[in-house]
Amino acid sequence: MAVYERNYGRYQGELTPSWSRFMILPRYAFKDVFDSKGFLIFLVLSCVLPFAGLILIYLHHNLAALKFMNLPLEQLQQALPINATFFRRGLDIQSWLCFLLALSVGPSLVAPDLRNNGLPLYLSRPFSRTEYVLGKMMVLIALMSFLTWIPGLLLFFFQAYLEGAGWLAANLRIGVALFVASWTWILVVSLVALAISAWVKWKPVARVSLLIVFFVLTGFARALNEALDTWWGYLFSLSTAMDNVRAFLFGTALDDSHMAQPVWSAWLTLAVGCALSLWLLSRRIRAYEVVR
Amino acid sequence: MSNQPVIELQGLEVKLGGRPILNGLNASLSGRCIGLLGPNGAGKTTLLHTLLGFYEPSGGTARIFGKDIKTEAREIRGLMGYMPESDAFIAGMTGVRFVRLMGEVSGLPSERALERAHESMFYVGLGEARYRKVETYSLGMKQLAKLAQALVHGPRLLFLDEPTNGLDPAARERMLRLVQDIRDTGEVHVILSSHLLRDVEECCDEVLVLKNGNIATYCNLEEERRANRKFLELETRGGDEASFAAAVEALGVEMAMDAKQKIKLVLPEGVEVRDLYRLAAERQVQIRRLDYKKDSLQDIFLKAMETEVAGHGRV
Repeated sequence: MAVYERNYGRYQGELTPSWSRFMILPRYAFKDVFDSKGFLIFLVLSCVLPFAGLILIYLHHNLAALKFMNLPLEQLQQALPINATFFRRGLDIQSWLCFLLALSVGPSLVAPDLRNNGLPLYLSRPFSRTEYVLGKMMVLIALMSFLTWIPGLLLFFFQAYLEGAGWLAANLRIGVALFVASWTWILVVSLVALAISAWVKWKPVARVSLLIVFFVLTGFARALNEALDTWWGYLFSLSTAMDNVRAFLFGTALDDSHMAQPVWSAWLTLAVGCALSLWLLSRRIRAYEVVR
Repeated sequence: MSNQPVIELQGLEVKLGGRPILNGLNASLSGRCIGLLGPNGAGKTTLLHTLLGFYEPSGGTARIFGKDIKTEAREIRGLMGYMPESDAFIAGMTGVRFVRLMGEVSGLPSERALERAHESMFYVGLGEARYRKVETYSLGMKQLAKLAQALVHGPRLLFLDEPTNGLDPAARERMLRLVQDIRDTGEVHVILSSHLLRDVEECCDEVLVLKNGNIATYCNLEEERRANRKFLELETRGGDEASFAAAVEALGVEMAMDAKQKIKLVLPEGVEVRDLYRLAAERQVQIRRLDYKKDSLQDIFLKAMETEVAGHGRV
């Protein structure tokens, strides 16, 4: 079907492996996402904290630099020790940056396809609903990974490299916690963001909905706990559940002990949140809706 | 291409929201361009969507190029191109990028998808507008962009759902010419769903008429055209019409009578028009009008719409 011939011809060349096709969606989405200067600035600013962590770890192991900056090592080690709390707090901050990222990118992932009847075009091809959701999720997963576990593990291995194998063996839990906690948060936030994008077509409303799920529900949970003198309210709060899971994984105490809840209940909240989001997606991601 | 049926419907039943939409359809279609005709709500689009795998059959099954839609849906979708009825595009993309994305999702490597996207856009006549955002296209251009995305991966079977919807006469002509051109390449089978008889008559060689989720009739237009079969249409008044009809039938004439005293006849060898006049005179029946006619698609369609569908028709 060459341009000069202007006639129809079947394609009989090679096809790409079907397992890899879901990666086409993030490739196209990234072009749109990175076209925004505001997003690029946000992404660069998100790297500030990991970079500061990198410098801090370096200073902990470079007496000459400390001397040059007139900083005593003991004082630095007391003020900012490189331990599980250091990594957990870093991940806490990066996780909230992830949330901002989901707030910015999430609402425009599925809604435009639904608004313009794009789904039948995808699903009439050898491309399943699961691949569609996975492809859209990969946009958030890739960007959030860049903010969480990738820099986190880089810092962790940098610290291990400077401290030696003994530190790595003694603190392996930190590495595992960085990875597991990051992925848990990434999955929860991206699934909730996608589900909201699938049900709420208008971007500002989708953003407000995301804020409600992560903030207003937490406020509601706290009010419920205060009123009934219980912790059950936190079953409604994804962000509190994630704080508890993160503290458990790193083996550290919560910054605010009032937010403590049993770890099983925190995992349950996150699992229910993911399951509910998947159910909402499965109801909405269809070529055509059946009107009953 | 082999003579394997393009589509075989084997007792295909579909229920949506608990309501039966398709009632055990049986058919074997092998035309180059197959028309799906029927009034609104007849089940044309549901049939297309079921063949595309959007809806699960509640009973029976269907085969496309011998592949079962229930068990080989993915392979089938790789062979098909689909142009939906409603407005459908991916927002924020230029025409060529949109078509390229659709090509890649169908399995084309990125560079080949880009190449074919350009070619498809030129083929449908959107070459000059291919770098414009799809949402800025006019309705006619959007229809053409939908056709381009359905063609980009070079399917063996093309589903066109009301392709001329909302088009002005010139754009409609252009769309029909494209469909005929695609059909005439001999490389692709086309399923054209429409409620516009002229569109189907101009493009299709086989027609399946649906009514209330049943097959009302099947017609091989190509054979009809080849046979060039003429029939007589009589309009009668007075006398013993029932006896006249029986006498005519006794001559071996193939006939159909409607409520408006119109009789359609196909005369066999040896029976002539004067025999009809003689039988009419004997029974005091007046022949008010007598015309030679050819069955148009409109006649076939109207006849099918008047007839109650008994059971599950098989074609």
